[in-house]
Parts: sequence; structure tokens; C-alpha cells
Amino acid sequence: MTHLADLLLLLVLLTGFLILGTTRLTTCIRGVAVQGGLLGLLPLALEPLSQWSAHTLGLAAGTILVKAIALPWFLTWAIREAAVRREVEPRVGYVASMALGIIAVAVASAVATRLPVPGDHPILLVATSLSCVIMGLLVLATRAKALIQVVGYLMLENGIYVFGLTSVDRVPFLVEVGVLLDIFVGVFIMGIVVFHINREFDSLDSARLTELRD
Amino acid sequence: MTAWPLAGLGAMLVLAPLLPGVAAKTRATLTGRRGAPVWQLYRDLRRLWRKGAVYSTTTTWIFRLAPVAGVATPMLAVLLVPLDGQAALLRFAGDFVAFAALLALGRFTLVLAALDTGSSFEGMGASRDAGFASLVEPALFLGFVVLALGTGQSSLSGMLGGETGSSLSWGAGAPSLAMVAVSLFFVLLAEASRVPVDDPATHLELTMIHEVAVLDHSGPDLALLLYGGALRMGLFAALPVVVLVSRAGLTAPLALGAVLVGTVAVAVAVGVIEASMARLRLSRVPQFLVAASVLASLGVILQLLA
Repeated sequence: MTHLADLLLLLVLLTGFLILGTTRLTTCIRGVAVQGGLLGLLPLALEPLSQWSAHTLGLAAGTILVKAIALPWFLTWAIREAAVRREVEPRVGYVASMALGIIAVAVASAVATRLPVPGDHPILLVATSLSCVIMGLLVLATRAKALIQVVGYLMLENGIYVFGLTSVDRVPFLVEVGVLLDIFVGVFIMGIVVFHINREFDSLDSARLTELRD
Repeated sequence: MTAWPLAGLGAMLVLAPLLPGVAAKTRATLTGRRGAPVWQLYRDLRRLWRKGAVYSTTTTWIFRLAPVAGVATPMLAVLLVPLDGQAALLRFAGDFVAFAALLALGRFTLVLAALDTGSSFEGMGASRDAGFASLVEPALFLGFVVLALGTGQSSLSGMLGGETGSSLSWGAGAPSLAMVAVSLFFVLLAEASRVPVDDPATHLELTMIHEVAVLDHSGPDLALLLYGGALRMGLFAALPVVVLVSRAGLTAPLALGAVLVGTVAVAVAVGVIEASMARLRLSRVPQFLVAASVLASLGVILQLLA
């Protein structure tokens, strides 16, 4: 079962690199949708089939529903509404982003081997969660468009979710739901903000937010 | 024991021209055309071999050296790869550096020959060829680093052969092996000048990369270059397959068969990619090649974590 979990975690990392390396906005959203789906399968892969509980199944179903279906749909809707279909427009180039991404994974792995996480978990789990957080920060910091920053925020939240999986057997179900709701509200608000920015200033470039005056 | 490496070498030397044909046929079939037969390159080679060569008066001996080096270097590199999953004909510690150096030498002479003609188009193609090759090399070496870390060996036969009992096996090592195999497949697409990087069927000098560098060669020289290119493709198509097969613990005849079948399958995969996607814009190619390096470095990290 851990081999399957390792594979899923690896694919999560690869979707992170896809988001860092792609030039298209829609590919970014598809990437984060796939990442959400993989994260939904992760709690199932971490536990053997005989130990699946209603809790595990509910967590998986809820995660897939929110992270892989609802949020990507919402983001696609935002693209359509705000009529943005252009390229990502990074402040840091794609090649440099991917290089920074691999450095992030290396640092996260080095930290993960030293981090005393309670419980018996594959080391890749902690490494992936930290990498996801750093990659999400990278996207948040280096992309000019507000919509891509939402994707970066989602990646960051995905990293936190993976870290939460290390304590899923000890922390109640409600904590996970809280995380999911958190994202949902966050994206909802950001979606509205994106929508309004586009309507008010006819641009999604967050650099222009500095020009706001009353 | 010694018969199978020889059989592998023979099969590679004889069957290599089949691979571009298989890729082209796959591409033609998938795009709804009939396409040339898979053995078209053999016919081309025979036809070119019977022709005479024409040399421009501005060229020197460097121009005539390139085709010879273009065949000799991949041929020597084949000797280093354990195609039967056991041991190569030629093996010594650190021979993966020799492997990369031989292939780089072949490219170097080709670039010199292209510059020797004094044609601006060929110079442009040569500069692109050299530029992309320098981005491919990190991916290739990082892939070898993964294998060296996993097996504790420093020769290709040790890294890819089944002789040594190593920790790198299917199961625990599967993720990093898969990373290396995919990364080497990207390397193949760049080294063999296939679609996302270069289009072998293009006829516009401005966008050609590899094809433009051999524009001035004719007759037997061109035949040698084409055969060398096919051998190079065979070598890089076999490499990811050998990486996967050598860890399955098969005996020599079975492993050799699996490698040959796998190599043809890789050629089919190349054809499928050619049929399904367009060539990348030149400025996007480095991104693709860096992605190959990223995959290989991910393999290194996984290997260090394990």
C-alpha cells in the first residue's frame, strides 16, 4: 500500500512542476484539479483496504469533490466571467521557476528527514507536503495574475492538507473539514475579488493594486 | 556468457535503421496517411551508398571527418551499454562519462563540419544543436547519478547489469526508476531530433536543427550520417528500456529480447508523440529539456530519501 502512496505523492509533486512550468492558465487549473484528485485518493492509499472507515471514505470523497471538481470548476468559471485566457505572465521565468521548484523539493526533503513527526509515515509524505507549501508560495510570489495566485494559494493549502494526513488518525474529522471549508471560503472571496478587479480596472494584474487610491 | 552481448551488439547495428522507419510509419498511420515502409531507411542508405559525394571547395578535411565520427562514436557507445541486461562488451569504472563524451564528440565534429561549410543556415543549426545538447547533458548525468546511487556502481554494466545484488529494484526503487526512464525518454527526443524538440520531416532551413547541419553532405557521407543518427536513436531508445528491464532480474536471452521489443515500442511511442503534438517553439525547447533534468533530479532526491 505504501508503494501506491509513494506513487501518488510523486504525481502530486509532478503536477506542482506542471503548474510551475506551464504557460497556459487553463493548464494551471487542470494541474491543480489533478493534484486535488490525487490528494483525495491519498488517504485511501495510506491505509490498507481492511482498515478503511467511513471517516477515510468521507475524507476522500469530500476532498475529491471540493479540490478536484468544485474549485477547478469555480476557477474555470472565473476565467470565463473575467474573460482572461491569456498566458501566465510570470515575473520569474518558467525555467527559473522549475529550477527553484526542484531546490524547494530538495530543501523540503532535507528538512523532512530531520523533522520529528509523530506516527509512522512514509518520509515522502512530509517531504511532499513541505514542497507543496513552498511551491505554492513560489507561485503566489512570482505570478502577476490574481487568478494564478489563487492556484498558488490552493497548492499551499494542498501542502497543509498533506501534512494534516500525518495526524488523520488522531485529530478528528472536523479539523479536516475545517481545512476544506477554509479553502472554499478563501477561494470564494478571492474569486469575487478577482471578478471585481477585472470589472473595475479591466485587469487582473495584481501589480496595479498598488495604484489604488480613494 | 559472451554470446549474448555480441548478439545484442549485432541486433543494434543491424536493426537501428528500422527505428526511424517505425516512428515515421506510426506517425503516418495515426495521421491517416499510408507512409513509407518501415525499412525505407535501408533503401535510402543503399541508394546513397552507390552515389558519389560532392564536396564544396570551401570545406576542409574536417567536413569529411564528421560522417566517420558520426558513425564511429555511437558504435563505440553501444559497446558500453549492457543490452542483454547482464554486462556490456566493454566496461570500466566511470564508463558512463565515456558514454556521454563519445556522443558529445560525435556532435562536436558534426557542429565543426557544419561551420566548416561557411553556410549561415548550417551555422545556425549547429549553434542550436550545440545549445540544446548542453541542456540535455545534465538530465543524462543526473539519470546516471540515480542509478549509481542505487547500485553503488560506477560503470554502466554495474548500474544497468543484473550481476550485482543492488538495493535498486522494482518495488522500493520504482518511483526513481520511473523518473529516470521518463527523463531518458525526453533525452531521446532531443538527442534523436524528434518532434517536441526538432522535426525530422521539416524542410524549412530556418526552423531545422539537426537536418540543417547535414545539408551539405551527400552520397556515402550522408548515408553514414543517417546511419549514425539511427544508431544514436537506437542507443537512446534502448537506454530507458535497459534501465527498466535490468531491474526485473531476467536471464540474458529473455532480457535481450525484452530490450529489443521495448526499443521498438519506444520508437512507436516517439511516432505517437509526433502524430499528436506539434514542435515546440524554439524558445520553449529549453523549458522542455529543463523539465527532463527536473525529473532526473527528483529521482536523485527520491534515491537519497530511500
